[in-house]
Amino acid sequence: MTILFKNARLIDPEAGSDAPGWLVVSDGTVTQLGTGEPPAAGEVVDCAGKCLAPGIVDIGVKICEPGERHKESFRSAGLAAAAGGVTTMVTRADTLPAIDTPEVLEFVTRRAAQDSPVRIAPMAALTKERAGREMVEIGFLLDAGAVAFSDGDTVTGDTKVLSRAFTYARSLDALVIAHPQEPGLSAGAAVTSGKFAALKGLPAVSPMAERMGLDRDIALVEMTGVKYHADQITTRRALPALERAKANGFDVTVGTSIHHLTLNALDVGDYRTFFKVKPPLRSETDRLAVIEAVASGLIDTISSFHTPQDEESKRLPFEEAASGAVGLETLLPAAMRLYHAELLTLPQLFRAMALNPARRLGLPGGRLSAGAQADLVLFDPDAPFVLDRFTLRSKSKNTPFDGQRMEGRVLGTWVGGERVYGG
Amino acid sequence: MTFRGRHLLGIEPLHPMEITTILDLADEYVGLSRSRSKHSDVLKGLTQINMFFENSTRTQASFELAGKRLGADVMSMQMQASSIKKGETLIDTALTLNAMHPDLLVVRHPHSGAVDLLAQKVNCAVLNAGDGRHEHPTQALLDALTIRRAKGRLHRLNIAICGDIAHSRVARSNILLLGKMENRIRLVGPPTLIPSGAADWGVEVYGDMKEGLSGCDVVMMLRLQKERMDGGFIPSEREYYHRFGLDAAKLAVAKEDAIVMHPGPMNRGVEIDGTIADDINRSVIQEQVEMGVAVRMAAMDLLAQNLRAEAA
Repeated sequence: MTILFKNARLIDPEAGSDAPGWLVVSDGTVTQLGTGEPPAAGEVVDCAGKCLAPGIVDIGVKICEPGERHKESFRSAGLAAAAGGVTTMVTRADTLPAIDTPEVLEFVTRRAAQDSPVRIAPMAALTKERAGREMVEIGFLLDAGAVAFSDGDTVTGDTKVLSRAFTYARSLDALVIAHPQEPGLSAGAAVTSGKFAALKGLPAVSPMAERMGLDRDIALVEMTGVKYHADQITTRRALPALERAKANGFDVTVGTSIHHLTLNALDVGDYRTFFKVKPPLRSETDRLAVIEAVASGLIDTISSFHTPQDEESKRLPFEEAASGAVGLETLLPAAMRLYHAELLTLPQLFRAMALNPARRLGLPGGRLSAGAQADLVLFDPDAPFVLDRFTLRSKSKNTPFDGQRMEGRVLGTWVGGERVYGG
Repeated sequence: MTFRGRHLLGIEPLHPMEITTILDLADEYVGLSRSRSKHSDVLKGLTQINMFFENSTRTQASFELAGKRLGADVMSMQMQASSIKKGETLIDTALTLNAMHPDLLVVRHPHSGAVDLLAQKVNCAVLNAGDGRHEHPTQALLDALTIRRAKGRLHRLNIAICGDIAHSRVARSNILLLGKMENRIRLVGPPTLIPSGAADWGVEVYGDMKEGLSGCDVVMMLRLQKERMDGGFIPSEREYYHRFGLDAAKLAVAKEDAIVMHPGPMNRGVEIDGTIADDINRSVIQEQVEMGVAVRMAAMDLLAQNLRAEAA
């Protein structure tokens, strides 16, 4: 079975190119690409000049199975991902209970295979119950299919525990993903400190807490040699430390979130809890510095940090409300804001959303060359719409983009050559 | 221009003319409160519910008295003792309240923004009696009325606000109000109790009492809460009193006719020396309490007028 995608605008993050052409998929693999007259094929998809890119690999998706299926299930998240052009969800371990044993991981893998139309690459916790006291069975969990080890946004304060876990992970060549944040300084904070936070009377954290967390983690990487990825770098002050670590040749990569690239601290306005995320939204100066770091390649990945929360968790006074926002369906249109503002090109965006995450996790996706896995997204970067949160496929509707004008519509999503959305 | 809002949630959304409207009416109510009968019927037939999710004696009593003097049916609920402990959310509380058909709802809550949230969900006029570290609008209004009566004006004054600015909703509302009326505001306190963004508020920040009080017309002291002393914000009570407590020597650098204010309750010997608090030539602390009732009567009267206009 071969499929020809003709009249496409091919976005190839590996080559850094954005050019018209055609692409042939057979048996779930990209086999041929070219310009000019396309070959014949069993099925033809006319892309009508729209963009064809590798499917998004989203690191850090929270699916609330096991534990809170009323917030999100593998089915609802999978449908949302397909509609958002996300072909691999790298899932978080901060469920109830945490994914910290091979048995729970097997449950997750089985549920994902039954229900999700897109691929799942599960992460496991780094410490048991994410409590920061004992490391998990890293070896068994690797065998069961864990792609990385992370306690989510919980920071282990005990550096000795962490150094042992890093050392052990290093011996198995396992990737560790951490949340860089100094836990004492950021305790209880709901927003980033500054004029606005002080006026609104909300407990605030200095942006410096992120740099302190990153500094400690980098020192541990130097000590142990572990493969390390920081989930979210969102402040200007953390960037020089990162630059030095990379220049020193440490095995360090970092990500950032689409919300920190497109929103800032002032968006919280009159205590709008859909804008409460972790770490909190930053200043405009930080936002612009982080975008520049994505453009230069200093920051490697962009993710949605999809975090479903039900209405009850958000309809509370700001300090008491839960953190997090859904993002699987809005990641691509939000990223298009950066494209239309001419801050990032489409190949740069897909390098950060598809190629780099896949590479870092050792997954086959994220590429658009011959021999690549045929995980593809076809989208119109210019199609305008106003987001209505109740049209989202996620069970939870907590998006900060509700009612906002956006551009960028997914027209079709393919996983291994199978169409899972559109058409 | 009159007062146009549906609620009184903070000073921030108010126009200077609206502030003047409230203060002018409050001036009239000072007269009523001092008269023999002390009673009016402007809120007759209206139901006022006071909901305090945080302990309060003075503010609650002041609102209760204000409502009763204007003829409202007043009920006070101690929320921290009841439904909160049973796990009821703020939204559920709002829905329960709607069923009781109140006209005026007075709310105090320990979290910033909680009163705004409640106001979005209820059908009546809401008065913020203090939300977290955010705003306490009636306190700022009563302070403004006290200053205006003592100084004869509410503009071009040098006003020092001293002490725990960081955790104070009284300070925030006062900074907003006095700023809107074009006064020069100085914040004085140890750097651990000055919020990190304060320098961008259009105020002057001082770490030394004598520098901060030099030549000012109004000295506004804030209460230092016990939990701040325990929380590592200051080294000790005695060092705080030595450096930031208001005593005769520090007050001597202010203008000769400078007035001393305090929102109460006072910690004598911590932020203020007892003899200064009691000095009838300098301290207007008792007047502040009196103005509190008048300002709350004015605010509720104006909100009730808007309710009636809306219904008509």
